Amino acid sequence: MSAGRPSRSRAAYRRITAHYGADPLHLLALLACFALAGYAASRVFAAGIWVGFAIWFVGAAVAHDLVLFPLYALADVAVQRRRWGRRRPGPHVHWTPWINYVRVPVGLSGLLLLVWFPLILRRSGETYRKAVGLDSNPFLGRWLLVTGVLFAGSAVAYAVRLRRSTPRRRGTRRGRGPERGRRDGGGGS
Amino acid sequence: MFGVVLLIGIPLIAITGFLSYAAYDPRLAGNDLTPQRGLLGFYLFDWPTRPVWLYRLSQAVHVILGITLVPVLLAKLWSVIPRLFDWPPARSPAQALERLSLLLLVGGAVFEFVTGILNIQLFYVFPFFYPAHLYGAWIFLAAFVVHVALKLPRMVRALRSRGFRRELRTGLRETRPEPPDPDGLVAVHPGEPTVSRRGLLGFVGGASLTLFGLSVGQTVDGPLRRTALLSPHGRTYGEGPNDFQVNKTAAAKGITARDAGPDWRLEVVGPRRTHLSRADLLSMPAHTYDLPIACVEGWSTLQRWTGVRLADLARLAGATPGRDEVFVESLERGGAFGHVTLSARQVADPASLLALRVNGADLSLDHGFPARIIVPNAPGVHNTKWVTRLSFRPAGP
Repeated sequence: MSAGRPSRSRAAYRRITAHYGADPLHLLALLACFALAGYAASRVFAAGIWVGFAIWFVGAAVAHDLVLFPLYALADVAVQRRRWGRRRPGPHVHWTPWINYVRVPVGLSGLLLLVWFPLILRRSGETYRKAVGLDSNPFLGRWLLVTGVLFAGSAVAYAVRLRRSTPRRRGTRRGRGPERGRRDGGGGS
Repeated sequence: MFGVVLLIGIPLIAITGFLSYAAYDPRLAGNDLTPQRGLLGFYLFDWPTRPVWLYRLSQAVHVILGITLVPVLLAKLWSVIPRLFDWPPARSPAQALERLSLLLLVGGAVFEFVTGILNIQLFYVFPFFYPAHLYGAWIFLAAFVVHVALKLPRMVRALRSRGFRRELRTGLRETRPEPPDPDGLVAVHPGEPTVSRRGLLGFVGGASLTLFGLSVGQTVDGPLRRTALLSPHGRTYGEGPNDFQVNKTAAAKGITARDAGPDWRLEVVGPRRTHLSRADLLSMPAHTYDLPIACVEGWSTLQRWTGVRLADLARLAGATPGRDEVFVESLERGGAFGHVTLSARQVADPASLLALRVNGADLSLDHGFPARIIVPNAPGVHNTKWVTRLSFRPAGP
């Protein structure tokens, strides 16, 4: 009799696993997660702020997944598809990839704008002035300055890279990945 | 890799966040305005006054680390986003539930970062920051813990699949696509690589360093503070004794020079009630301490404060330092922080002052003239400015 029990519970375990699609522990962990999240949500509801909260909560995921991500992904694809500037024909001339020398300064500058746009675009002007006692005008200039430094650094890094890679007569130098100069540009900020 | 960084970073931000909640001494009357907090309005412990730099450090970690991790969070989301467009959305109940928890994870993460970052820029597009950031954190952390529990083995496997040092030596030309994985995250027909794995790590790391480098200056004093080019509270006011960061001006709170003029009296309430002019206060024993003002918004600055001990004022009112707490009221008109309750421990600390002077000069109106509170290790906003009344009373159980 007792020998049948472990095998019966094992069969039940297998049945649950088959129907549910994962270990029962998986289900327990998720239920615990939803219980805590549900309780927190009930506090939001009780506090009377649930409409705004839900809009911001779901809006945050939507804004990232369906706005920010497609924007930067499409921009990247568009820049790469376009034939900017001169092409360098000829099989013997090594063509230095330039895309990362654009990606890095654009990416960093865009990131700074994404994080600090209320300051840079003076979205909180009056509140800021009332609190801090100064106005938020300097931030636009500072952001432009940082952006300029990033682009200049990247341009210099690219120029150095081009100079190093064009004259083949100087002999080959080993161990230089194509993105090395780019990283130097990023670090120069 | 991004997962590992977040696995270390997110708990640090969470712990310092909860510490900040504790720092407000939410148990004391009027200190916690979070509505309907229930079990989530937990009380950890009486917030200590020592070490004096604790809140300065923990809140700087909370805010600056949060800003620094933005690129890592974005990179992490970027690396898994193909899963968002999976079809069919779920093949089993297990997968359906897990994806629901991912909505809480991603929505919660972005929500917490966005509300925090907008709040420190005083961009109040939502009228409910404190409760939303606190409750949102619980939802996010619930999903975060279960996500870590479910995915930890996979992360370990992924990390073991390639050597970190070898990856750092692998340039673009040697970069090969990932082998197919059970999650189906790897592209079926990957394009030519345009960046190596070390290049991507360098890009994200560089982005984090850029954000860090342009904002960390708001937590230090001296010439390095000027490096805070892109951060809301790393501003320079000048070279004078009162030229340090303000985050609530007298004008904004309706305080006029007349309010703070010769007619101003401090009312000290306890078993005895007294009214003190500024001259009375200046004639009491003065003490000087170097104490930081550390704001919940992450900035901080160390200044030299001179004033009367709160403990001396307690005795003057017939109260007992060490037993009695104090309810502090400001002249401020409007706003949530025109009053605060300081714990018995805070009242008893010898460095807890009703400050009258700073760096050897009278307080300026924006820094709380005629008198302000300065308590070691307290959140900045508890250092009430333009104090008008101190009511000592026995602390609750």
